Amino acid sequence: MNAAALFGAVFLACMVEAVEATTIVLAAGTTRDWRSALRGVTAGLVVLAVIVAALGPALSAVPLRPLRLVVGGLLLIFGLQWLRKAILRASGYKALHDETQIYADEVAAARGADHRARAGVPDWYAFTISFKGVVLEGLEVAFIALTFGSNQHDVPLAAIAAVAAIAVVTATAVAVRTPLARVPENTMKFAVGVMLCGFGVFWGAEGAGARWPGSDAALLVLVPAIALFALGLVAALRVVHQRRAVGPVRSLAEVS
Amino acid sequence: MDRVRAFGRFWYDFVIGDDWRIAVGVVAALAITYAVSTTGTSAWWVLPVAVAVVLPASLWLVARRTR
Repeated sequence: MNAAALFGAVFLACMVEAVEATTIVLAAGTTRDWRSALRGVTAGLVVLAVIVAALGPALSAVPLRPLRLVVGGLLLIFGLQWLRKAILRASGYKALHDETQIYADEVAAARGADHRARAGVPDWYAFTISFKGVVLEGLEVAFIALTFGSNQHDVPLAAIAAVAAIAVVTATAVAVRTPLARVPENTMKFAVGVMLCGFGVFWGAEGAGARWPGSDAALLVLVPAIALFALGLVAALRVVHQRRAVGPVRSLAEVS
Repeated sequence: MDRVRAFGRFWYDFVIGDDWRIAVGVVAALAITYAVSTTGTSAWWVLPVAVAVVLPASLWLVARRTR
């Protein structure tokens, strides 16, 4: 895996999570209190930085084979879950991730909540909603950046990719001041799911003692093969879904 | 107690997600890969086969439920 692939994989994964966190912060900031929402973001980022600072060196100290076994297994579980959701959304079995709807729901909840100051924060609700959004979405980002970075012995590059993704999403959100509904989130989730599965399969198998034919070049076959397989599943599920929506085809005898 | 339960729930959702069968399938496939690799035969094919089985099976369960 070269530097560009590492950067691209982490950047894309972090962008998806950053879009979700930004929607929550925007809702808390615009309807409640920007100062409290931004303090929540800062507190969330501090918590994430502490987690990364503690786990980063710890992961670097773990021998490569057990690290690849555990990380590969976790990435494969995450990847399959992401891919499963993306396939269900693309085939019509699950509603598309709608940032506009999520924003509207968050705004409605924020308007109904109490205005209460606590621990020097003017609006405790705006603070906690932003804090939770940043920490929960950021945890997955931190995990992906750390695992990809430590497996490739380049945590700084993975961290730069993560920060760049967050910066791009934040700058865009500040510029447009609305939820980033036009981001093709399902397509991005599908792509990230494929990548996580590909690297999970590759590292997991190596960690469990397997040797790949062609070594690292196997990834060049593995990732497109998973993408094609997943696209095939989308097509097959779409057909099943449409057939069920139309109902069973009646025979000529029944029609007449 | 509620906080402990919420903490456990958070980690379950974070790691296992919507379908626990996926996690079980991945762990089983890693164990089979290890077992096959100790025999000296090539074991790289186990995880791709697991993906080809686990993912459609998980999707099929959702499709069947929403009939």
